Amino acid sequence: MELSGSEIIAQFLKDEGVEYLFGYPGGAVLHIYDALFQADEVKHILVRHEQAAVHAADGYARSSGKTGVALVTSGPGMTNAVTGIATAYLDSIPLVVLTGQVPTAVIGSDAFQEVDSVGISRPCVKHNFLVKDVKDLAETLKKAFYVASTGRPGPVVVDIPKDITDPNIKIPYTYQASISMRSYNPVIKGHQYQIKKAMELILRARHPVFYTGGGVVLSNASQSLRTLVQRLGFPITSTLMGLGAYPASDDQWLGMLGMHGTYEANMAMHETDVLIAVGARFDDRITGHLEHFCPNAKIIHIDIDPSSISKNVKVDVPIVGDVDDVLTSMLKLLKEDQDNTDKEAIKDWWKKIKQWRKKNCLKYNKKTKVIKPQYVIEKLHEVTKGEAYISSDVGQHQMFAAQYYKFDKPRQWINSGGLGTMGFGLPAAMGVQLAHLDKTVACVTGEGSIQMNIQELATCLQYQLPIKIINLNNRYLGMVRQWQEFFYEGRYAMSYMDSIPDFVKLAESYGHVGMQVDQTSDVEDALKEAFAMKDKLVFIDFITNREENVYPMIAAGKGQHEMELAPDSELV
Amino acid sequence: MRHIISILLENESGALSRVAGLFSARAYNIESLTVAPTEDPTLSRMTLVTRGSDEIIEQITKQLNKLVDVVKLNDLNVHGVHHIEREMMLIKVKATGSKRDEIMRLTTIFRGNVIDVTPNSYTIELTGTSDKLDAFVGAFECDTILETVRSGVMGIARGNSALHA
Ligand SMILES: Cc1cc2nc3c(=O)[nH]c(=O)nc-3n(C[C@H](O)[C@H](O)[C@H](O)COP(=O)(O)OP(=O)(O)OC[C@H]3O[C@@H](n4cnc5c(N)ncnc54)[C@H](O)[C@@H]3O)c2cc1C
Ligand SMILES: Cc1ncc(C[n+]2csc(CCOP(=O)(O)OP(=O)(O)O)c2C)c(N)n1
Ligand SMILES: [Mg+2]
Repeated sequence: MELSGSEIIAQFLKDEGVEYLFGYPGGAVLHIYDALFQADEVKHILVRHEQAAVHAADGYARSSGKTGVALVTSGPGMTNAVTGIATAYLDSIPLVVLTGQVPTAVIGSDAFQEVDSVGISRPCVKHNFLVKDVKDLAETLKKAFYVASTGRPGPVVVDIPKDITDPNIKIPYTYQASISMRSYNPVIKGHQYQIKKAMELILRARHPVFYTGGGVVLSNASQSLRTLVQRLGFPITSTLMGLGAYPASDDQWLGMLGMHGTYEANMAMHETDVLIAVGARFDDRITGHLEHFCPNAKIIHIDIDPSSISKNVKVDVPIVGDVDDVLTSMLKLLKEDQDNTDKEAIKDWWKKIKQWRKKNCLKYNKKTKVIKPQYVIEKLHEVTKGEAYISSDVGQHQMFAAQYYKFDKPRQWINSGGLGTMGFGLPAAMGVQLAHLDKTVACVTGEGSIQMNIQELATCLQYQLPIKIINLNNRYLGMVRQWQEFFYEGRYAMSYMDSIPDFVKLAESYGHVGMQVDQTSDVEDALKEAFAMKDKLVFIDFITNREENVYPMIAAGKGQHEMELAPDSELV
Repeated sequence: MRHIISILLENESGALSRVAGLFSARAYNIESLTVAPTEDPTLSRMTLVTRGSDEIIEQITKQLNKLVDVVKLNDLNVHGVHHIEREMMLIKVKATGSKRDEIMRLTTIFRGNVIDVTPNSYTIELTGTSDKLDAFVGAFECDTILETVRSGVMGIARGNSALHA
């Protein structure tokens, strides 16, 4: 088959099984758009801002497990995409981002809409490529998908100069189904000796706890994790990125850990003697002050990326490998050993944990007239039967969603944890909805965050995406305000939002349904009404308690056992 | 501690900036870095000298290994590895009157070569460990030295073991 560079791109994406391409056109990618238009194989979703194209591809990837793909033009198209790329990078999400570039002959001459895309993206991609010859194009694209989706996943940028896509230069094309690279060989299989050593520690543990993260989701290892944890009968906690990988409704689950994690999860971490870290990277939101982190624990760490191991916290038994592979090996060993865990000690350990649980650290007063954000999320869970895909923006609302929507399935909770990108929620929800056309998708957001990519309401109309937007409107950049209340003596510098739009009218002007709710008693009915509108995007503006704070909280610099609980938690 | 890391990487235009960018992004220090293509033109060999605690050096080697362009690397300062290191220097010094003989003698002692001569200057080529080059530089008065160029350290393991793709 003789194809031009642009036709190769269109054909390759089809051969690679790409379902959607999220993008925005411009000069440097016009040839590509023309080829896509004529081929009409891969569905192109026209967003309203390149950042949203990348977030949408990201939401698609997180919720489906497949690689998300975006296409943007050179210069401003590429720079607009950077926030999206960095967001995916910090959460290890597989993306391929195709960026147009000025023609090879003028690269480096400050040509119109030229930026050094490879240079700008380098620190926030897993890898990037500049295609210098159309003969390399197909192979480079294959490498990009291979690198993005294997090992520790991540975004890969392919920068394509305009002359490479010239419709008049045709070359032979064949699809290469697989590829190998001498400089890139991720380790999948865990070292058997290390796994044995880990099992020995596990079987001797008296106060064990599983600390699980995004790596379990990325590895599709929920099933093996659940089997192992239930066989052992150990408590388990998850990071913000790991929510759903183990069912929140199961009794062995202690809730999320970390800065806004539960009392029982953080206390169990503090007192554990054997910590089993699975696909989690000891982020500072988890460890708190490093000196106080798991002071008595021997630590086992399973991670596919050797550089995640002993980066922040020195571990005792490192196991480099894919979570699912390692957990499966552990299960095999466990079968041979039959369960000789220290049953008595584990029973006592659970007794202690149950004492911590009794604090009921997530309780709040439900009887107020003004709407509590926690209440909205609890009702959201009820009305959607816990089955919705929930995307989130960044702030207090994100924490409330994480704490109160009890996720039972992996890939159901879609949020930006590492970069914490406000503006992620709505475009990510678009990708989620496209990946799961017949499923319920809600975006939990705040009046600050939603305005960072509000223009995507137009995209939602164009493609009929019936997302339900749950706007927890506290008229504050709440997370910032909370820190100012706690650490800056209540000086609310720039955390108050003036001139907030009328979201009901705004939603309507974009052709959607808008609702506003300002009383607790109306919350449930409003949600029911909104979710009954199966084909409509509904924007529900919940006017919530202004100065609500997220609890529990471990202040910066404090140890994980020095949590602060809600001041009124004893009263309710 | 000072570590010399030998790296075999793809001979691609972006590869060097990936390594340099990694060091600045993660605030690791680079003392010196040299790179050139190998006998296989698709590969470059880099020698990088850095300093850090054991933990930092461990992270540096892991992060380097993670770069997709890095094919292989070897830390020459880990237990059990013996290595040879060399650095080359070109140094131009003022040389007039009686100084000319003195400088010649010094150059012989350090086993250097005078490779360019003018009525009032010498240019000397010297190879050795960085310490030796430092000692040579230290043997001159500051205002005698016109300029110096150093290659940065190159390193290789002793014995039969070799770094190859
Ligand atoms: C406002 C705000 C508040 C936050 N508060 C909290 C909080 O209270 N608690 C909390 O937990 N987080 C919190 N976060 C999120 C936090 O910043 C980090 O993003 C999060 O803790 C990281 O989760 P993780 O350790 O699971 O790592 P991830 O970023 O999900 O990393 C996954 C790890 O798994 C590895 N991995 C990937 N694939 C595989 C595989 N196939 N096999 C094996 N290993 C694999 C990777 O190498 C990596 O080390 C907050 C974020 C924001 C924005
Ligand atoms: C792009 C971006 N800019 C700034 C921040 C810092 N920040 C974190 S949370 C937050 C406030 C978010 O406000 P809102 O969306 O209203 O959510 P709330 O905390 O009130 O629930 C800000 C400004 C960020 N995370 N992302
Ligand atoms: Mg707000």
